[in-house]
Amino acid sequence: MFVLVPMGFAVYYSLFRWRGVGPPTEFVGLRNYTLAFQDPIFLDALRNNAIIVFGSLLIQGPIALGVALLLNRRFRGRAVFRLLVFVPYVLAEVTVGIMWKLLLTDEGTVDALLRSLGMGGLVQAWLADLDVVIWTLLAILTWKYVGFAIILLLAGLSNVPDELTEAAAIDGASWWQIQRHVTIPLLGPTIRIWMFLSMIGSLQIFDMIWVTSVPAVRSLGASATMATYMVDNGFFARLWGYGNAVAVILFVISFVAALLFQRFLLRRDIEGAITGRAK
Amino acid sequence: MAVNSVLPPSTGRRQVSWGTPLTYALALAIAAVSIAPVIYVVIGGFRTTPQIVADPAGLPDPFVWDNYARVLTQSNFWQQAFNSAVIALGTTLAVVVLGLAAAFVLARYRFRGREGLYTFFTLGLLFPAGAAILPLYLMLRDLNLINSYYAVILPQVAFSLPLTIVILRPFLSAIPRELEDAAAIDGASRLGFLWRVAMPLSRPALVTVGVLAFVASWNSFLLPLLVLSDVNLHTLPLGVQNFSSQYTTDTAGVLAFTSLAMLPALLFFTLAEKQIVGGLQGAVKG
Repeated sequence: MFVLVPMGFAVYYSLFRWRGVGPPTEFVGLRNYTLAFQDPIFLDALRNNAIIVFGSLLIQGPIALGVALLLNRRFRGRAVFRLLVFVPYVLAEVTVGIMWKLLLTDEGTVDALLRSLGMGGLVQAWLADLDVVIWTLLAILTWKYVGFAIILLLAGLSNVPDELTEAAAIDGASWWQIQRHVTIPLLGPTIRIWMFLSMIGSLQIFDMIWVTSVPAVRSLGASATMATYMVDNGFFARLWGYGNAVAVILFVISFVAALLFQRFLLRRDIEGAITGRAK
Repeated sequence: MAVNSVLPPSTGRRQVSWGTPLTYALALAIAAVSIAPVIYVVIGGFRTTPQIVADPAGLPDPFVWDNYARVLTQSNFWQQAFNSAVIALGTTLAVVVLGLAAAFVLARYRFRGREGLYTFFTLGLLFPAGAAILPLYLMLRDLNLINSYYAVILPQVAFSLPLTIVILRPFLSAIPRELEDAAAIDGASRLGFLWRVAMPLSRPALVTVGVLAFVASWNSFLLPLLVLSDVNLHTLPLGVQNFSSQYTTDTAGVLAFTSLAMLPALLFFTLAEKQIVGGLQGAVKG
């Protein structure tokens, strides 16, 4: 309700040129939408969102799977390691953003570390270089969110019956063969749910970008996302009609992506897995 | 098909052996990458800004408490922590109570359109909440709620409810009919059954949704950024950002403020981690 009703309003406001004061009167039809798609900054924001969506899936997926399989083995101290891996995920995106901003300042900690390791050639203007910033952000997001994928996968792994892996071990399968042929296939639903949640989160990413990136860099499009573009223009520049048009675009893109994903990949799982109950 | 068990995972029940050195090496490396930056921030708070500038990767020498003391005594830290706490607790309480009530009705009552209603809630999971922020702001403004705790609590509750219901319903559905009949024979009403039987039995799931709602609220930034322009109502994430942009040259102070802001969520999560993973198991069960 709190989403549907506002979105209805957003569609209405998006048809006006409106500064947010008094009722909207200057009807402009779909002009706000055409303006958005003609603005190179908005197109950059779209590209950045795409980079974050696919980058997150491609990088976090394999890492999380590897770590989850490792931490699913039984060994002493495992609980402590599990806890530590989740730490970045629990912290606020804002806190993480500020933290990395400090670590990545010019000749800051990361640069000093790289130099001391003899990799001074890698030193960049991490958050100010227009070509580098989005990849820096992707790396920070990976650091923060891979823990979430690991939590989900570990929860999924604990549902894999021991009998199955034990039976495979008795049949002479190696640890790796068991993972490859028994465990990972059984994780399918969990992996698909994670992909879904990751995708939706990536499309709406805001906090981290907002606090980490330099406003000038953002306004040039190098680090903008749809959400920061929407807030920059709609809220802070008071272009309410235009901002609402961007909100509708963001909503439609996210919702269509969600529906497509659900239709083709999640259909089986959403009944059985997310809800825990199949009809 | 899949009935959710409320049992903890069977791991740890049997002989726990030492892992191979390789396992430990890998696990240690992973853990180091995860928390080294955090530890750096906490330790950095014990240094002075000139120390940090001179040697960004060094250790405190000498140890200074001044930054933490300054943040705790001179900044708005306590006010902001209080605001965050009020908002997070209010959100959590409302999410758990409303979520439990809705999930209970959807799980234990039979009525026309029940599945339809449930699908409606699961669809809520698909809706991108972030996209609604601008019109939401306008709505709250028209309701004169801007610059009040409600402006953050109400939308957060609404956005958390779908996930809460999706996690809670299977737990409540899994309670055997016989228990409900037995409770009825003993004279318990439906509400009595909810209070005395269903709630205790679904405690792990309740803790999970409670923790998730609390942490999400505690960490939220975009909504408070827009609806709380009054500095006295600012929450900790807003405070961290303000502090860091206000005192750009006071690196040590920012590090101290940031570490203090991390602390509550970390503590809370450490205490509840087992419950979260246990509760999610129900949610991702295949």
